[in-house]
Amino acid sequence: MSTIEAAAENAHDDHGHDHDHPSFLAHHFDTPEQQFDSGKLGIWLFLVTEILFFSGMFCAYAIFRMLRPDVFEGCSQFLNTKLGAINTGVLLFSSLTMAWSVRCSQVQQNRGLVGMLAATICCAMIFLGVKAIEYSHKWEMGLLPAGLYFYDPANPHPESHTNYLFYICLPFMILLGGVVAWLIASLVTRNTFHLKCAMPLSVAAACFFVGIGLGMVLESGDSEHGSEVAATAELETEISLIANSDDIALERLAGDAANSGAKSELNARMQQLETAGSSIVQDGEEISGAIVSVEENVMTQRKAGVFFSIYYCMTGVHAIHILVGIGFLVWLLIRAVREDFNPQYFGPVDYVGLYWHLVDLIWIYLFPLLYLIR
Amino acid sequence: MSAGSIPSGNQIKDPGYPTASENYLTNSKGPWTWLFTLDHKRIGVMYLIGVMTAFFAAGLLALLIRLHLFRPEGAVFTGPEANNWYNQVFTLHGAIMVFLFIIPSIPAALGNFLVPVMLGAKDVAFPRLNLSSFYLWVFGALFFVGALMASGLDTGWTFYTPYSTSTDSSVILATSGAFILGFSSIFTGLNFIVTINTMRPPGMTWFRMPLFLWATYATSIIQVLATPVLGITLLLLIAERVMHIGIFDPEFNGDPVTFQHFFWFYSHPAVYIMILPAFGVISDLISVHSHKRIFGYRFIAYSSIAIALLGFLVWGHHMFTAGMGPMTTIIFSALTFTVSVPSAIKVFNWLATMYKGSISLTTPMCFALAFIFLFTIGGLTGLHLGTLATDMHLHDTYFVVAHFHYVMVGGTLVSFLGALFHWWPKMFGKMYSEFGGRLAAVIIFLGFNLTFLPQFVLGSRGMPRRYATYDPEFQTLHQVSTAGTLLLLVGLLVALYVLVRSLIKGERAPANPWGGATLEWHCTSPPPFYNFDRPPAVGDPYDFSDIFWDTENERYVTVEPDREIAPTETPEPAHAESTN
Amino acid sequence: MSAHGESKDGYDFAHPIPVPMLLSVFFALVFLTIVTVAQASFDIGSLDILVVMVIATIKAALVMAFFMHMAYDKPFNVIIFLSSFGFVALFLIFTMSDSAQTSPAFEPVVEEVMETDQESTNVIAEESSATSE
Ligand code: HEM
Ligand SMILES: [Cu+2]
Repeated sequence: MSTIEAAAENAHDDHGHDHDHPSFLAHHFDTPEQQFDSGKLGIWLFLVTEILFFSGMFCAYAIFRMLRPDVFEGCSQFLNTKLGAINTGVLLFSSLTMAWSVRCSQVQQNRGLVGMLAATICCAMIFLGVKAIEYSHKWEMGLLPAGLYFYDPANPHPESHTNYLFYICLPFMILLGGVVAWLIASLVTRNTFHLKCAMPLSVAAACFFVGIGLGMVLESGDSEHGSEVAATAELETEISLIANSDDIALERLAGDAANSGAKSELNARMQQLETAGSSIVQDGEEISGAIVSVEENVMTQRKAGVFFSIYYCMTGVHAIHILVGIGFLVWLLIRAVREDFNPQYFGPVDYVGLYWHLVDLIWIYLFPLLYLIR
Repeated sequence: MSAGSIPSGNQIKDPGYPTASENYLTNSKGPWTWLFTLDHKRIGVMYLIGVMTAFFAAGLLALLIRLHLFRPEGAVFTGPEANNWYNQVFTLHGAIMVFLFIIPSIPAALGNFLVPVMLGAKDVAFPRLNLSSFYLWVFGALFFVGALMASGLDTGWTFYTPYSTSTDSSVILATSGAFILGFSSIFTGLNFIVTINTMRPPGMTWFRMPLFLWATYATSIIQVLATPVLGITLLLLIAERVMHIGIFDPEFNGDPVTFQHFFWFYSHPAVYIMILPAFGVISDLISVHSHKRIFGYRFIAYSSIAIALLGFLVWGHHMFTAGMGPMTTIIFSALTFTVSVPSAIKVFNWLATMYKGSISLTTPMCFALAFIFLFTIGGLTGLHLGTLATDMHLHDTYFVVAHFHYVMVGGTLVSFLGALFHWWPKMFGKMYSEFGGRLAAVIIFLGFNLTFLPQFVLGSRGMPRRYATYDPEFQTLHQVSTAGTLLLLVGLLVALYVLVRSLIKGERAPANPWGGATLEWHCTSPPPFYNFDRPPAVGDPYDFSDIFWDTENERYVTVEPDREIAPTETPEPAHAESTN
Repeated sequence: MSAHGESKDGYDFAHPIPVPMLLSVFFALVFLTIVTVAQASFDIGSLDILVVMVIATIKAALVMAFFMHMAYDKPFNVIIFLSSFGFVALFLIFTMSDSAQTSPAFEPVVEEVMETDQESTNVIAEESSATSE
């Protein structure tokens, strides 16, 4: 990402030959437009690498969802749709403010630019706060990647010894403390430049806790436990359906296109039996027995683990991108306060904006793929 | 071009020699002016030193491997840990050679130096990014050293699961290193694409670009598109080791074949990252030293791009025996054949270029000829391996080892050396001993063939790769191979000696020692800090008709018919009046 | 090129997007988000993934075209960016189709087979008993 810095590099006037180079134009470019075009192409290429970077995880997702649709469906119930949707909204809004700040920089509205950038950072912080609630809750339940998974349906909320939420919050508390200290220091010294930077940043740092609060409120609502209960209830009906297993129930199950899990399991079972040499068994008892066990066992380490692995990898890498993005936005904010940008030189805002929209774009896909499997 | 006297009534254009304050090597002094330089030429030189160090380290490991294989029961590593030692040595040899030497060798080291100069630009588009790529390379290298210091690495350079998730060696350190190196490579590629797209001076159209630039462009496309996938693969592998995510690890229901898909989606295109710049180098070398216009310029240019794109369609040929589905296997086998077509196009064009050219058998030309010979063998044996039926027999034998050494050493390394000898006078302003250079080329050629030709035979007789010991029936061939390695070593040392000596005792190099027509020969040797004061006049890169040998001064010069410039007043700077 | 960069009209390479357009894109995106969430509560079977992906792609297209200024960008940049999806598709299609062909071997059903289906695991049982003896 130092693309941006490179493009933003200031001219070295000591080389003497650039008589009419404005200060924002790097020495090896002829015109601001050439500099802008280079930066733009550079950032687009960088986004290409980002897309291919994420493609690995999307590929893993696609393979395992194809292989085990039932596992994905079952596990997805444990993700809180409300929180996901809220976070989608927050990110979309941050995209709006980001696009708006690009506009501000293009028309040289400096106050607006600072405001919009600050709003973008605030949204990013809220997003992370909500994410922290989601993560910590799942960790407490043991819904973890395959190797660490310890969720037990009989005891979904084990007595927790570690307060994960606290550990996630800790760095943000320190951050908030630091920024507030900066704010106070700049108030005391009456340094307007520092004040102008520190004020929006303190608000932004506090926004993380707004996100935490938002997450807690939504989480304590019916949603997840409700869906959990609903899920188990569904399971039970399904199991009871199968338990009085006759041909009708079987057919219903397999014929129901929605129940792709049961269907593929049935297919797999049939195939297995076939390869095992026995004829296709019409006896419902055996097949249904298998399905019951599968339905019951979706939330085992061997199965659900992969879903949560993929969930953590994708959202985790996405969150890292958000963090990096916040870093760049802060840099932009400081430069915006310094009034560095003008219609000839707004490249950095534009490039960070593109990056930010890409992060949003990826979330646009992650949300339905992870949270909305039905 | 014509050798001999310069036609009279003509003006000689020669940039002369740079002053010490112009010369990019001397215009500022002190280690910091190097370590924090943004000058693409200095960064190129730093890369050059870096990759050569890596090559030296990995070369020593190779020597150990070959010496060990001198005897069937193993000659170097003994004791109960012998096999573990062997595994670590060949793994680090492969990993260092691939990630630290071959991939950055031509694109990063020579490319950095050459791309802007050949293009007529002042610098690459993002000089700071360029410097940070170099430091990423250094960090990546440090991680590899860390892995070596910690508990070594014994997975092979391919890091295949499930072994890589279960071995005790420092997989995480090494993969982090490769991850970082990947980003170094991505940023270099990105920089070159942007540079070539937006920094061309007026007159430098796409089809006036030297073929080296086309090749670099194609390479950069692959670097940008494929390397991120390596990044995520390695990241997932690290996650797999740390918390068993169960994507690749069969113990947690993962699928190791998926890992191989991920890995080769990068690594097959990566072999084209290794060879495409070499193609570019050879195109330029052949044309300049045959003093003849390159044959089929557009074919060569387009075939680079074609290789870059087709290279993404064939990765499965590394997995024929890994348990892929039968359908996928067949598709990948068929696609593999298509990718050899553009490579063949290039070879034919080079041959046609030499035909009726006036070939000077200079050192670079000797390397270029060696390249054509060796790459042809390497490429053709690739077809054996791409054929399903034969690959069942040849997979994971020494035949594969010989194949990829023919393309990577015989191809990339040889052309790297050729390029080094070709542009050495430009980079450092010194001429080396022609005799010494040719001698090195010949010894390297012989030593290389002696080393790897027997390995084809070994492989087809069933000698598997990556084994520390072997059946006595293979002994003779293995010993020939080891002897060849020693000869190869001698050749490389001669080359090193010749180059180092030239730095100390070499004659001052003229601006155009070979008679090249591309832009780098239009500036002094070494180039001034700014490459060109003003955008250079761009001509046909392969038009040698106005380049003549100046017998008096032992140099090539560009000749222009005498011209009178009508108004003698100095022109106003173009945009002086529009300053705001 | 050089004459262009200095011109005084101010916005020679900047294309500020009007605020109403930004806002309408944002509301469209929010609306589509609501639609995706809402559709999840209807059971539309295996069409589900398709619907979800189509909506997501529309949203992505909106973000790309307006927020990312793609509609006004140089065609070359657009081509580069969009072509990356082609390579992703290549990667996904080959890898997935291969997994689909070989998946029965990797279906994680071993556990259940061991637990519930005694008859067909006779072989495994025999083997394990053989090793335990
Ligand atoms: C000309 C077209 C080429 C074809 C058709 C081709 C084909 C193949 C095939 C089928 C294999 C797999 C053999 C096996 O594992 O059983 C292979 C391995 C390999 N090739 Fe090539 N190849 C070509 C060019 C190159 C080039 C230009 C390079 C590098 C500069 C290269 C580097 C390698 C490497 C490193 C391996 C072995 C990787 C490993 O398993 O460690 N190949 N090649
Ligand atoms: Cu390959």
